[in-house]
Parts: sequence; structure tokens; C-alpha cells
Amino acid sequence: MAYIAVPEGVPGIRSLALFRPETGKPLYDLAQVLLRGPSPLTPAERELIAAHVSALNNCTFCMSSHAAAARELFGEEREIVDCVIGNNPSGFMSDKLKALLHIAGKVQQSGKHVMSEDIEEARKFGADDRDIHDTVLIAATFSMFNRYVDGLATLTPDDPKEYEPMGKRLASMGYLSPQNPKP
Amino acid sequence: MAHIALPDGLPGIRGPMAFRPETAKPLNELAEVLLRSENSLIRGERELIATYVSYLNDCFFCQNAHGGIAQHYLQCDLTFIQNVKSNFAEADISEKLKALLSIAASVQKGGKNVTSDQVEKAKSLGATDLEIHDTVLISAAFCMFNRYVDGLGTPAPSDISFYVNRGKQRAEEGYANYNPYH
Repeated sequence: MAYIAVPEGVPGIRSLALFRPETGKPLYDLAQVLLRGPSPLTPAERELIAAHVSALNNCTFCMSSHAAAARELFGEEREIVDCVIGNNPSGFMSDKLKALLHIAGKVQQSGKHVMSEDIEEARKFGADDRDIHDTVLIAATFSMFNRYVDGLATLTPDDPKEYEPMGKRLASMGYLSPQNPKP
Repeated sequence: MAHIALPDGLPGIRGPMAFRPETAKPLNELAEVLLRSENSLIRGERELIATYVSYLNDCFFCQNAHGGIAQHYLQCDLTFIQNVKSNFAEADISEKLKALLSIAASVQKGGKNVTSDQVEKAKSLGATDLEIHDTVLISAAFCMFNRYVDGLGTPAPSDISFYVNRGKQRAEEGYANYNPYH
């Protein structure tokens, strides 16, 4: 049971966006521009950073839904997703992406944990200012979403299969703020 | 020196917001709804929650910038803000706000740290579902803003009077049409 009266049967962030559409709108707009808008990082890579940070924050809803989206977007290379959230090395992963995931993990702990050596390492493998900016903001944003979803104890489906259609929807349609049915 | 090349002379979040206006827009719209729109929690109380969470995250820029705005709204002095940070349980604020600050502090540690006892306590002191929602989201949002500001290594003026002096201007201009160059 969520701590506040959100619509019943609606999981995670969607229940909160329906409860408070005024904040739901900018939150979904932020996710759309950050994860789907122009960036040197592919949408698949950005979803992977989101799933990684959500796994570190132990947020089952966000981790499962963004991992599902990342699997859809990676297609044949989907194995990379389970390697990252399971903390195993993956042959598919570039050194640049590894360095950016490392920075995201630092941001998850605290912004102050990011050291210039972490940034230098990412730059050595070709990361530019936009790669670094987007990585830091995605990690920061999911440090918000994870706390928001779990802090209000929203509905979190247990069955991994329930996240597959969410992943497909996020991969094909992106982030559209859910609408309350018209009275 | 920030970790990436940000426009010169813009401290704290102003640099990243000028660097990437496309993400600044929803971030500022969120701040406007959460901290300024019509609400049973007054603006000063909401800025105080933002200040407290930023203090817990040890984000110098955010805790002082929002502390300055809270000071303006609440017409209080810096000592009052410092008392809330160091021990809100003994500060001169309502019991309801204390219960909400305790929820905000749990969110700062991790969403799962919020307990139903904390929520029940806030409700018994008159907190509405919307107030609890907004408290959780303000705390979560500042866990984001603080990480954005510090994760990019942005500069922050060390003189606290800089922030106190800007509090009135920020309160009057709001966040919706935030101009990072102003």
C-alpha cells in the first residue's frame, strides 16, 4: 500500500504522475529530453545508465522498467544490460561506456565523490563534455526518481514479466505523461 | 574548475543550466511547481525543506542559495536557518513541519528509509497526502539538484552574504523563467 492515496493498481512513477499531474508533467518532460533527446549517447546507453543507478539505489521498479527498456533498445546486444545490473563485465561494452558508468556510480553516492581522475579516465576513451554532462544528470535524476518512487511506497510488481511491456512501450513511445481518464 | 567547460562566471547550477537549456527547462518548471505554486505549505517551509536536504547532502551552493530564499520568505535571520539544519527538533517551527523534515531526511538517505510510522505521525499532526507527496518529492528533487551541482564540480562563492543578498531577487523572479545569466 502506498503511503498516500494514489490510484489503485497503477505501479511506480505512473501512480504518482496521476496523483499530481502538475509535477508529473515536468518530470516526464525531463525524462524525455534526457533519455531520448539529442545526445552523443544512444537512448540504449542512457537507459543503461538509468538502470545501473536504479540498481545501486535498490529501486526495483525503476531498475526493472529501465532495464527492460534498455534490453529492447540494445536488441541483439541486450546481454550487456544484465551484465551491468548484475555487476559483471561485458564484452559488448566500450571502455568509454565503462568509464561513464563508473562516474554515474559515483554520482549515485554523492556528487562530491566524482573526482577529476574519473573525468580524465572517461575523456581518455573519447568522452566529451556532453557525454559527461548527460551521464551526471541522468545519474542525479534517477537518484531523485528512485527516492520518489520508494519514498512513497508505490506499487512495485514482483513478476519480471510485467516489466516487458513497459520496456517495449518506453522503447517505442518514450516518456509521455500518463493521463487521468476523462470523467 | 568545473569538470566540463561551463560558461564563465556562473556559480552553482547556473553553469549547467546555461550549458544545457533543454534540460534546464523541465528542471525549472519542476522547481516552480514544487517550491512556488499554490500550496498549503507556505513557500518558506518548502524552501526550508530544500535547504535542509541540501545541507544533509553537503551541497554548499544549494543549501546557501535556498537558505537565502527561505530567509527572505520567512523574514528570519541566518541563525534560525542554522538551527533548523543542526537540530530541527529544537527549532522554532511547527510540529507538523518537524514531522515532514524527518520524512525528508529519510528520503535523503534512500526512499526505502521512509517508514509508515513517520507518515502516520505527520498525518496525525495534520499533514495532508499532498503535503507528504510534495515533501518527498522536494527531498528527492534536491538529491538530484545537489548531485548535478557537485557532480560537475561547479564553483560556489564562499561568502554566505552573497546568497542571502540574492534570496529576495530569486524569490521575486521565481524559477519558471529562470535566466542563469541574471
